[in-house]
Amino acid sequence: MAAATTEIRWHGRGGQGAKTAAIFLAEAVLDQGKHSQGFPEYGPERRGAPVRGFTRISDAPIRLHCSIAEPDYVIVLDPTLLDSKAAGVPDGASDNTVFLINTVETPANIRKRLGIKGGKVHTVDASLIAQECFGRPIPNMPMIGALAAVADVITLENLVSSLVVRFKKKFSQAVIDGNVTAVERAYKELVSE
Amino acid sequence: MKQIYVGLTGNEAVATAFKQARPHVAPAFPITPQTEMMHKFADFVADGVVDTEMILVESEHSAMSAAIGAAATGARTFTATSSAGFALMWEVVYIAASLRLPICMPVVNRALSGNINIHNDHSDAMGGRDAGWIQLWCENTQEAYDHALMCWRIAEHKDVRLPVMINYDGFIISHTSESLHILPDEDAWKFVGPKDLKTGYSLLDVDHPITVGPLDLTDYYFEHKLSQIEALKRAPKYIAEVYKEFGELTGRHYSFYEEYRTDDADMIIVALGSTAGTAKDVIDAQREKGVKVGLLKIHMFRPFPAAELAKALSKAKVVGVMDKSASFGGWGGPLFNEIRSALYDLPARPKIHNWIYGLGGRDTDTKQIVSLIEQLQAIAKGREAETVNLLGVRL
Repeated sequence: MAAATTEIRWHGRGGQGAKTAAIFLAEAVLDQGKHSQGFPEYGPERRGAPVRGFTRISDAPIRLHCSIAEPDYVIVLDPTLLDSKAAGVPDGASDNTVFLINTVETPANIRKRLGIKGGKVHTVDASLIAQECFGRPIPNMPMIGALAAVADVITLENLVSSLVVRFKKKFSQAVIDGNVTAVERAYKELVSE
Repeated sequence: MKQIYVGLTGNEAVATAFKQARPHVAPAFPITPQTEMMHKFADFVADGVVDTEMILVESEHSAMSAAIGAAATGARTFTATSSAGFALMWEVVYIAASLRLPICMPVVNRALSGNINIHNDHSDAMGGRDAGWIQLWCENTQEAYDHALMCWRIAEHKDVRLPVMINYDGFIISHTSESLHILPDEDAWKFVGPKDLKTGYSLLDVDHPITVGPLDLTDYYFEHKLSQIEALKRAPKYIAEVYKEFGELTGRHYSFYEEYRTDDADMIIVALGSTAGTAKDVIDAQREKGVKVGLLKIHMFRPFPAAELAKALSKAKVVGVMDKSASFGGWGGPLFNEIRSALYDLPARPKIHNWIYGLGGRDTDTKQIVSLIEQLQAIAKGREAETVNLLGVRL
């Protein structure tokens, strides 16, 4: 029997980095000896259209090759998706599903908007954090910081060191530093119920 | 040997393996979901990591034609394709095999049009199953990487000399980052080795001039087809040898097909590609409940290991074959037909039923496979059922 697998579903809009986050997290946990999968849901590629990403993390090799219908964690990069039936944010959630929402609203309000009774809801203003830390409201990296605070899939130290190593190939030191600060702030500023 | 633990998409993993095999020539034309593989390989070329001559052509028909020309000179050559691109190169796909050229080609499996669909099924490769190529199928990113190293040793073996298609599921594997072990460049190169340019014939060998691809009518065409038939008959022996050597080197042991929990299985599911992985998780859960079900996953579809498969499946009461392509107007899917035919000479045949599934990338989740197993259980108990069924479609 396969070991327990953590399943994470990302909801964003094209351009917010849902795909990048899903794959970044999958690759970042490898440094901790985990097995992982990260994949987007491909459809028409349009900036602003609802997109989903998926991450699976396990201590054992992962063999499932299907979409994530019953996620352990649901991460929403864009709060305007909460009311979209097509985006399907609460789809397949159980009483144990944990929601992480990029929003200025409180967890209690989000709970009402999603129409859920069980699970757990956390919120963080990741767009503002991103804007303040690296000058662009791209919320994906701070949302991984928020995830590190509530999920046992990656430590903040491992997340920061993975980010530094992986971003070095593409970005300036200023961008890397800004992202590190953003991740650390989201880790701390997460609002829980 | 120390291997490197990384996260790569199927496309990145295959591009990495091909870089390690140091091909001489790679004609390229883009088509989703293969494109990213050639992008990655082109990066390696642009960065000077590998000195492959890339030829950017104007269509897949030209890509395969260029590959044939390059391979006929003796160059280690690959191209890659998917779906409609594969369909467009049809004519020349047959020629590559007829000329016994050891070209390697990932077919990143995608549905055929129409309507236009970029997602995974196996219609593209199944249409090419009779083209004379060796066809190998992969479940995940690791298997795609491994086969992209092994294919060269198989294709270029002096007693094989056939082109090899490596199949992996579009998006599900090609665009999914998965954890896998790759070989260090030097170890990979040691395994693949340089192409033996003295084997066979070369267009560039002016001391031994030859003609490639002339008119071949009633006098010799049939004998040349015989040479292809015989080469494919010989191939399994060498594929097994390469699998064995690779297993000793890496600890990853392959065979023509993988049997998963089939030893005492009353019911065996047969599948190709990524769905086999999902099926394994479902089978583990069913086994916990005492359901005796197993899986047979095929790696080598061409040449088809009929006798071995018949033996492996003979123990089962019911066999359920999953086909990710429809044979319109036919009696079940292509994999089903081969398996059913292979079982015909058994003294006591299992019942065998077919499920067409996942067309155009329809997600094949655990629930669908559970439902398939429930149907197999009912058939095992004697319930009448359709021979050919559909799985996961809205009726």
